[in-house]
Amino acid sequence: MNLSMKWLRDYVKAEMSIADFARGMTMSGSKVEKWTDLSDPLKNIVCAKVTAIERHADSDKLWVAQVDVGDGKTVQIVTGAQNVTAGARIPVVLEGGVVYNFHDGTVMSIKRGKLRGVESQGMMCSYNELGLTLEDLPYADTDGILLLDNDPEADKLELGMDMLEFLGIKDIAVEFEITNNRPDCLSVIGLAKEAGATFNLPVDVKKPVFKGVDGDLNLKVKIENKELCSRYMGAVVKNVKIAPSPRWLVERLRASGVRAINNLVDITNFVMLEYGHPMHAFDKRYVEGDSIIVRNAAENEKIVLLDGEERILTAETLVIADAKKPIAVAGVMGGEFSGIMDDTKEVVFESACFDGVSVRKTAQRIGRRTESSARFEKGIDAANAENALLRALELVEMLGCGEVMKTIIDEDFSNKEPVKIKFDSKNINAILGADIPESKQLEILEKLGFKLENGFIIVPSIRIDMELECDLAEEVARIYGYNEIPSTLPRVTSQIAPAPELAFEEKVSKLMQGLGCHELMTFSFISPKSYEKAGIENANSVIIRNPLGEETGVMRISMLPSMLEVLARNYNNRNAAGRFYEIGTVYLPVGNGFNRSGAPTDEKKILCAGIYGDSESFFTLKGMAEELFEKLGISAKFMPQGANKSYHSGRCAEITVNNEIIGVLGELHPLVLDNYDINTRAFCAEIELARLFEYSVATPKFKQLPKFPAMTRDLSLLCDISATAGEVGEIISASAANLEQLTLFDTYTGAQVPEGKKSLSYKLIFRKKDATLTDEETDKAVVKILRALENKNITLR
Amino acid sequence: MTKKAIAVIILEDIERIKESIMIKETLEKIEQISADTLAAIAESVSLDAVNDIRVKILGKKGELTAVLKTMGKLSAEERPVIGAKANEVREAVESAIAEQMSRLKSLNYETRLREEAIDVTLPGKRVSLGKPHPMSNVLSDMKEIFRAMGYTVVTGPEIEETRYVFDMLNTKEGHPARDESDTFYIENDVVLRTQTSSVQIRTMLENKPPIAIISPGRVFRRDEFDATHSPVFNQCEALVVDKNITFADLKGTLETFMKRLYGDSVRLRFRPHHFPYTEPSAEVDLSCFKCGGDGCSMCKGEGWIEMLGAGVVHPQVLRNCGIDPEVYSGFAFGVGLDRITMMRYEIDDLRHMYENDLRFLKQF
Repeated sequence: MNLSMKWLRDYVKAEMSIADFARGMTMSGSKVEKWTDLSDPLKNIVCAKVTAIERHADSDKLWVAQVDVGDGKTVQIVTGAQNVTAGARIPVVLEGGVVYNFHDGTVMSIKRGKLRGVESQGMMCSYNELGLTLEDLPYADTDGILLLDNDPEADKLELGMDMLEFLGIKDIAVEFEITNNRPDCLSVIGLAKEAGATFNLPVDVKKPVFKGVDGDLNLKVKIENKELCSRYMGAVVKNVKIAPSPRWLVERLRASGVRAINNLVDITNFVMLEYGHPMHAFDKRYVEGDSIIVRNAAENEKIVLLDGEERILTAETLVIADAKKPIAVAGVMGGEFSGIMDDTKEVVFESACFDGVSVRKTAQRIGRRTESSARFEKGIDAANAENALLRALELVEMLGCGEVMKTIIDEDFSNKEPVKIKFDSKNINAILGADIPESKQLEILEKLGFKLENGFIIVPSIRIDMELECDLAEEVARIYGYNEIPSTLPRVTSQIAPAPELAFEEKVSKLMQGLGCHELMTFSFISPKSYEKAGIENANSVIIRNPLGEETGVMRISMLPSMLEVLARNYNNRNAAGRFYEIGTVYLPVGNGFNRSGAPTDEKKILCAGIYGDSESFFTLKGMAEELFEKLGISAKFMPQGANKSYHSGRCAEITVNNEIIGVLGELHPLVLDNYDINTRAFCAEIELARLFEYSVATPKFKQLPKFPAMTRDLSLLCDISATAGEVGEIISASAANLEQLTLFDTYTGAQVPEGKKSLSYKLIFRKKDATLTDEETDKAVVKILRALENKNITLR
Repeated sequence: MTKKAIAVIILEDIERIKESIMIKETLEKIEQISADTLAAIAESVSLDAVNDIRVKILGKKGELTAVLKTMGKLSAEERPVIGAKANEVREAVESAIAEQMSRLKSLNYETRLREEAIDVTLPGKRVSLGKPHPMSNVLSDMKEIFRAMGYTVVTGPEIEETRYVFDMLNTKEGHPARDESDTFYIENDVVLRTQTSSVQIRTMLENKPPIAIISPGRVFRRDEFDATHSPVFNQCEALVVDKNITFADLKGTLETFMKRLYGDSVRLRFRPHHFPYTEPSAEVDLSCFKCGGDGCSMCKGEGWIEMLGAGVVHPQVLRNCGIDPEVYSGFAFGVGLDRITMMRYEIDDLRHMYENDLRFLKQF
């Protein structure tokens, strides 16, 4: 909402500085976004009179004029304009002044100078050098200086007077951000009332009056759908004279960001801005059958709107129709053919109340949101419909643009019962935690237009947001000042136990950072195509019905595509190496029901790690995983997994705990890397956080430190090249007595190892809890291990 | 005196003479060993050489030990003479060895330190740690502040039913926030939550007051991804419901929170605003971190930065959750973590936070 300060001051004498005004309004709830001095940067432009003019001695085109600029001062101006004659009154920008450049609209400062040797001490101005249009100044010469003698208000001119003031350019437009609950503030009068309450100033709004003429209306109105139209008021203006609006009206429209068109159209816009109630005017000659019917459209009924486009309507759409056809889409836009033309003779003014939700849906359906529909959407006051219509009629008479018929049609089915709210100052203080005296509370409420009657606050109908005691509390508080209310700290004690999963997540996050990984935050939605790119088969995702684009079309069921994007971006940004992790959510469809915790989908947290770089390998990532598991007290196994299409079939492991698969880890499949343009090896792990949490040991129990010495043996074994270290290790562990620790420290193939074989070297540490282990006992254990290995064709090297 | 007796006496004399000769020789030998050894110790240049001397002289088979072994042959009167001398020499040798050892050791240290000197300005060998995402830093701070004030951290589903995201929060059918242009829809009644207030509703449905929670998490709005907007962002909301909770409590809580987050010099400004789920509602501005309120480019000259939305929980919302508004009241507020993070670290483009370039992530 753009507010003209000049217009506001028609109703309330808000004479404080604009900064103080903005601050005050903001702090009482009408937030000022910014303000614009509309005359800026124009400067030093006065009314002047040409006293003498003669041709420039050295030019065919230029003239040299002597110009009286008031106060008995005369300046010499050289001009190229051909429409200036002696005696003409014109706007002149003096030395040091600023206007817009005639050609390109840029800002131009005026300096004293010489034109072909003749001194010029200023410049005569055309309309566009003053930043105005022909709509503002219909009489202006498009190709010359603005001749003020043609101005309808020429009688008010005085030499030397500030032209910015005279032409109505001197104003400040204040841009407000009005909250949804206060459509009444989308109007000059609404804001005037707010300003009055805020600054404790009287507000002078009179009920508009018109005289009217007698006569037959020749118009009937019928509301067929009273649900969607609770009130329809109509008035007829005869002998219409379409003309430009007067300056005071045009300048107020301009400051509000609305272009002037003609007096009739301008009146509807003016009233909408002033009262906040949308109005419509149409040419009565196109209303067939002299009747207006407010009804739902027939399915597929057509109308061409004022924007020139044809719309095909649905049966839900409320239209204003004549006997034969729709002439407007209710609350949104009028039909093209019934719009006001230059030859319009008879006009119907409509001021009605349409249902907000219906208007909103209609505006959406026909793809056109207008100033009018935006206001209806937020809610309309039926009483205000009348004020708006009366004001329009008053303006018609004031502007002399037609004869208003005395009879007004008013089909009114609106609820007239005012909202009443029980008033108890103690309750208001209890909500606020303040101690505002009752008298002060009532003073504030009365300033805002509320009345106290028998213990109830009577709400003015324009305040459609008011309903409950808490609404009154806000009214009192915002005028009293939010910042005047004390600050207290409540003693809160939450009875809700914190979820241990959250603390666990924080712990895992810290461990991952300890392992050198940087935390990521990636989008939860991905492209449905990214599954194939990442080698994920049969992906069944939750689909977003209205995504921003295909790139963000589905909710991810895997963290891998997000991680791959990050790895690819970093690789392509020439980061030579990186370690990353994210504990992110994946979203698994659960069909038509809900998951166990009552959510529409199954949301799971996945710990996803991704690494690449010269010193990274499958085993660095596996080592990180092992370290993480150890720190969480989890003993996990890694089993070869060749079937996962995201990963290298020979370099991928399933992670299992207690025979349950909790994740996967491996080198990414070369095809996947190619798909993401990652020209280096990269490694990822995906682990379900809930499973980690389940198997982790939050509170490990103390184990006695060893009291007796250990025995150590190294074994170099020869086994089939296909045997895995995991299998060999398990044979050893299963057959060994008193084995405390088994560490593989070397694997070898090559010279001295037969073809088809490999060598695995282990360090074994034996220890007894309760006694010193002897050499003999240790040797015996080793013999047993070797025998078990021999059964599997694994021999000592 | 018989001849035999005389012979015995002579023999005894001879023995005595012999002994006295032996004593003399032994003493001389000991003297010799002492002199040689002390000289050798003084000349020795390594700890090993000193140690060799010790073994050679004082060891089981050492020279001094060998001499002492002959003492068995001496008479009871003479043994102490040799013994005393031998001990005297042993002590002298031992102390000389100790002295020489310590001298050599300190010489060794000096040499070692001199020879092993390095260029300490060469770079270190690093074990690199990863870092939390900048937004996590802010969230950690918030969690800590509120946990210390007695709040519980609660989370909930991101794909959520409209009744929890909208209906029960007084955001009725037809409210612009529910438009398909603003909210991502999965189905007519299932959306990507636009605020974590849905967690508040779930919490109120499942728990009786007193309630004091914060609910951090991801939220989604249909905004194109640019320098200041993201379709995915992070919020942290708070809710307190108990008897006699007031607007003043909301003010006090926010002031405490912001002062703990940004330091005691920060000032808050409450402005009236509107939310369907709170009444009275407020928007809260913070004095600009950069200029402290004087006005600068960060606060666009206003001295204040819009920070969060807050209010007293609307009685209908409480009622929707089975809480009697005649008995209980509450307040709620929500902050955008992305915004706070950007301001804290002076990050000028929101996209950095979701693009995850390592050069960005390493900084926080």
